[in-house]
Amino acid sequence: MPSWGSYIMTTESIRVEDVSMCFHMTTEKISTMKEYIIKKLKGQISYKEFWALRNVSFSIQKGDILGVLGLNGAGKSTLLKMVAGVLKPTSGNIYVNGSMAPLIELGAGFDTELTARENIYLNGSILGHSKKMMKKHFDEIVEFSELQDFLDVPIKNFSSGMYARLGFSIATITKPEILIVDEILSVGDFKFQQKCESKIQDMIKEGTTIMLVTHSIDQIRALCNKAIVLEKGSLIQSGTVDAVSDFYYSKYT
Amino acid sequence: MNILKKRSLINFMKYRSLIYLLVAKDLKVKYKRSVLGVLWSLLNPLLTMLIITIVFRELFRFNIDNFAAYVISGQVLFSFLSESTGLAMSSIYTSGQIIKKVYIPKYIFPITKTTYSLVNLLFSFLAVLLVCVVTNVSINYTIIFSFVAIIYLYVFCLGLGMLLSSLVIFFRDIEHFYGVFLTAWMYATPIIYPISIMPDRFMFLLYANPLYYYIEYFRLGLVNGQVPSWDLNLHCILYSIGTLALGVYIFNKKQDEFILHI
Repeated sequence: MPSWGSYIMTTESIRVEDVSMCFHMTTEKISTMKEYIIKKLKGQISYKEFWALRNVSFSIQKGDILGVLGLNGAGKSTLLKMVAGVLKPTSGNIYVNGSMAPLIELGAGFDTELTARENIYLNGSILGHSKKMMKKHFDEIVEFSELQDFLDVPIKNFSSGMYARLGFSIATITKPEILIVDEILSVGDFKFQQKCESKIQDMIKEGTTIMLVTHSIDQIRALCNKAIVLEKGSLIQSGTVDAVSDFYYSKYT
Repeated sequence: MNILKKRSLINFMKYRSLIYLLVAKDLKVKYKRSVLGVLWSLLNPLLTMLIITIVFRELFRFNIDNFAAYVISGQVLFSFLSESTGLAMSSIYTSGQIIKKVYIPKYIFPITKTTYSLVNLLFSFLAVLLVCVVTNVSINYTIIFSFVAIIYLYVFCLGLGMLLSSLVIFFRDIEHFYGVFLTAWMYATPIIYPISIMPDRFMFLLYANPLYYYIEYFRLGLVNGQVPSWDLNLHCILYSIGTLALGVYIFNKKQDEFILHI
C-alpha cells in the first residue's frame, strides 16, 4: 500500500518504486463455499503464483514522454493499470503527482441503453469531472467527436468507431498533467487518428507528461523522449528513446 | 505536500455527481418501457397490501386497528430492505467492467444502489399515505418520525449492503442463501401479523431483530401518532451505526482484492 511516508520531488510526475504484482491463479476456479471448505480441509487448494511484474522501479519527470515497450505478456498493461489506480501493487509504491487522464480503455462505463448525450455526462463523472465542468465542455466534446447528428441516439446503435471517438473526446477534454495511453491511437479512421495525434501533440506542447504503450516503435520514436523495455515482468532497459528502441529492435528482430 | 495527490484520498465530493447520475440512470432504465412508469412504485405496494389485507382479515381474522395501514407500512420498509441490500450485494461484481478499466472509489456502487432503493421507497411512501387517508388514520406532526425511521433504516441497509457486497465477491453462495434468509427474516418480523400473537418463547427473536425496531418506530410516528421513546431511538441508532461501521470496515479491508476476483 502506498503511504504518505516519503516525499516526491516536485519535478517528478510519476514514481514507481520497486513494484511487483502477483496474481494468484487457483488451478481450478473455486466459487462456492462448500467446495472451498472441502478443498481447504483436504489441503487441496493450490495456488499458482504468476508474477506479472517484478521489482520494477523508474520515475518520470514532468514533461517527459515515456514509451513502454515489450512483447505481449511483458506486463505493460498491468503497469499502466497500476499507475492509473485500477490495480493495487502486491508490493512497492506508486506515486502520482498531478491530475491524470487514463486512456486505457475508451468508453469504460458507457451505458449502451443511454444516448450519447447522457453518456457524455455519465462518463465524465466516472472520470471524476463535475457536472458543471462537463456542461462547459459539452459542445467541445461533441464537435471533436463529430457526432452532432447522433447525440440523442442510444449508443447501442453506434459503430465501434463512433464509440471510440466519443470515448476519446470525453477522456481528453480536460488538460491533464499526466496522460496514460494504451494502444488507442489506432481508433477510428485515418482522419480521426490524425486528429487524435495532433491533440496529443498539443498536450505535449503544453507540458503534459505522457506514458504511452504501443507496439509501434515508429510511433514511440516519433512521440517519446524516453523509453523502457519490459520482459516477462522485469524492467530490462531504460533510457533515452533512441538508445532503448535500438536495443529493443536488435533484441527482438 | 499538498501537491502530492493520493488516489485513495480523492474525496467523496468529487464523485457526488456520479452517484446522482447513476441513481437517475437506474430509475430511467427501470421505468423506460412500462406504460405506467413510476406509478408502479405506488401501485405495487398498494396491490400487495390489498391481497394481504383481504387474506388475513377474512381468513385469519386478525384484529388490528388500521390493519391496512399496519400492513403496508411494514411491507414497504421490508421491500426497501430486501431490494436495497440485494442490489447492493451484486453491485460490485456487476460493475466489474467499469472497476477493471477505470479508477472509481468502489463504495460508489453500494451507495448508488441503496440510494436508488430509497427513491423507490419515497414513492411507495405516497402509497402508505394514501392508505392512511383512505382508511381514516389520523395523521399529525409525528409523521416526521416516520422519516427519521427511514433514515435509520437507510444507514442500516447501506452497512448491510456494503458487508454483503464484499463477502459475495469471495463466496457467491451468499447470494442464494440470502434469498432464503430474507424469507425467514420477513416471517420473523411483525409485518403482516400483530406482535401479540408471537409466542413468549420466540420473543427473543423479535428483540434481536433490527428490522422490528425500525418498523415499530415508523408505525408509531405514522399510524399511532406517538413520539418514539428514547429507548427505541437508542436501539435504532446502535443497530444502524454498528452495521454501517462493520460494513465499512470489511469493505475497506477487502476492496483492493475485489478486482482479482470479479
